[in-house]
Amino acid sequence: MELKTVETRHVPVRYLEGGSGPDLVFLHGAGGVTADDPFLLALAEAHHVYAPLIPGYGDSEECGEIRDMLDFTQHSWDVVEALGLKDPILVGHSMGGMIAAEMAAAQPNDLTRLALICPTGLWDDDHPVADMFSLMPYEMPQYLFHDAAAGAAILTAGRNVEDPNFLQTYLVTNARQLGMAGRILFPIPERGLSQRLYRIKARTVVVWGDSDRMVPPFYAHGFKKGIAGAELVSIPEAGHMVTVEKTAQVVEAIGRLG
Amino acid sequence: MKFTWFNLMPWPYLPDDFREKNRSVWVDIDQKLFDPAKSHEVYNTYMDLLEYADTLGFDGVGVNEHHQNGYGIMPSPNIIAAGLARRTKDAAIVVLGNSIALYNPPIRVAEEFAMLDCISGGRLVAGFPVGTSMDTNYCYGQIPSLTREKYQEAHDLIIKAWTTREPFAWNGRYNKLRHVNIWPRPIQDAPHPPVHIPGGGSVETYDFCIDNTYSYSYLSFSGYLRAQALMDGYWRRVDERGVDKSPYRAGFAQTILVAETDEEAERLYSEHVSYFYNRCLHVYPGFADAPGYRTIKTIQTGALSQYAPPRGGYTQLTWKELTEQGHVIAGSPETVRQRMEELIKGLNVGNIFCLMHVGNMPADKCMYSTKLFAEKVMPKLRNMFPDWDHDNRFWTSPLASRVTSGALRKEAPTSAELAKTYA
Repeated sequence: MELKTVETRHVPVRYLEGGSGPDLVFLHGAGGVTADDPFLLALAEAHHVYAPLIPGYGDSEECGEIRDMLDFTQHSWDVVEALGLKDPILVGHSMGGMIAAEMAAAQPNDLTRLALICPTGLWDDDHPVADMFSLMPYEMPQYLFHDAAAGAAILTAGRNVEDPNFLQTYLVTNARQLGMAGRILFPIPERGLSQRLYRIKARTVVVWGDSDRMVPPFYAHGFKKGIAGAELVSIPEAGHMVTVEKTAQVVEAIGRLG
Repeated sequence: MKFTWFNLMPWPYLPDDFREKNRSVWVDIDQKLFDPAKSHEVYNTYMDLLEYADTLGFDGVGVNEHHQNGYGIMPSPNIIAAGLARRTKDAAIVVLGNSIALYNPPIRVAEEFAMLDCISGGRLVAGFPVGTSMDTNYCYGQIPSLTREKYQEAHDLIIKAWTTREPFAWNGRYNKLRHVNIWPRPIQDAPHPPVHIPGGGSVETYDFCIDNTYSYSYLSFSGYLRAQALMDGYWRRVDERGVDKSPYRAGFAQTILVAETDEEAERLYSEHVSYFYNRCLHVYPGFADAPGYRTIKTIQTGALSQYAPPRGGYTQLTWKELTEQGHVIAGSPETVRQRMEELIKGLNVGNIFCLMHVGNMPADKCMYSTKLFAEKVMPKLRNMFPDWDHDNRFWTSPLASRVTSGALRKEAPTSAELAKTYA
């Protein structure tokens, strides 16, 4: 994957690009995405993948003008247009799934294929989404992975958590990335999507890890019910990072969109 | 010098094993630990203590705002301040402050502060904190990375509401108001009540205070020695901006405990200090700093939340360490005087927020310590900044002649008396 920049109305946007095949736009979750992401690499085997970073993620500029859900939705359409894409396969994971669903609801005639991987965006008091903003780093693996120990190893790989500079870098990165994510996820990751889902016309596949403790699989039914004709793919022994834990199965599910 | 007697209003009945059995004193503290019936006495005792401080000649009495917090049972400081406005005579009513991003619309603060200023005869000091991340983000649900923008708009609106003498429209991002026309408005109108801004090292806040002639207040619990670097940073910025270095541009909160001797201070107060530092400051670190709440610039200066526990936690700090390291200034009047002088000169602060009630301290001990400070320490610290005695930009300008609350006659007049009065 290659890291590039595309200009948009509000801010230059960094994006990862690679592979060949049908155009596919991937919107990352609150944790961000990097060029060595196994899921992106797997998608790139059969797709021309574009993975734009939300402003503030990675080395990209933050954007003060993107504040609310409508701003995120329209900005993301701006990015698709700036990349010169027409009706790409739109795939979103977690927060990216929420944005993708909003995009599909906002411009239903511009999108025919949609994949939502354990997206945020719905809320039920009896099935609260984890308060990700108040989680300590050491608590993350159990929320993100079916296999928490293996997940912890993935999260800390290549990082020296004892390095005094690590904490400051970590805090700055968190402030930049989760600061932006918080605009649509804090304190409750719901911005009215449920009343807009009916507008979605795209053929939709909803993918969920059965052991997702960040965004409970309960919400899969809300998306399936809300989007006409949506197909649900439940993946056993996978958590919120189903894209990492069961990469091939998620890629296969997306493949069903054609 | 301006000495403000401050009470955080801690809940005094947190159990001995609070720390072991609870993850946080703040945000998701156990409901069962609050006893409304007991709070009746707690609140009234705390208000009595604030009123007592007024009778001893403290320059101000101070209250602040916290939510869902075991060491600050004062979600609405204005309610306490309203009581104080009636029941105190001379002390400034220092509300430090209202977290203005949380009030909807924020002209509510302009109105309530105006009421407090009017009821107290112009004794209000208005504090505008951004609010801690615990309060603002986790309890009151504000989006961390938009909190400062919302705060800024609230501030601009309040100041305009205080200083504009005709109705105006406010088309803000967070507030849309067709007719802003607050009624009442403050007595202190040159141009408005003095403003203090509590800050915790955000560099943007330094400039905000300098630009608006507000006093910068560092409300720390870790004492004056650890505050040196932060306050040096503030004064450096004041210098760079080319404004005067009046000590009243700054305030500092300090836990102070006085007894006849150093030994007596330890004997009387150490358990209450331990209660505060071990139980009251037991905040779950995940609530200390929501991502986006602090600006990147501030994080890069290394200013972490004071609620992020120090390495090893506070539990390992003994009375000796807490006093020697300056978290707490405690001892005989002479010991306290010396250390207060160090603090005042070292930090160049004219406004001292004296945290004279600590943890689960009972009222009698608190009164004892307060009286010793007022009589044997405060007078000796009065003349620290003779060059700046005239500087009243950061303090109140009350009416010269003020009514005494409760001064009405006790009985309604008779018909005959009224006939005479209104003849």
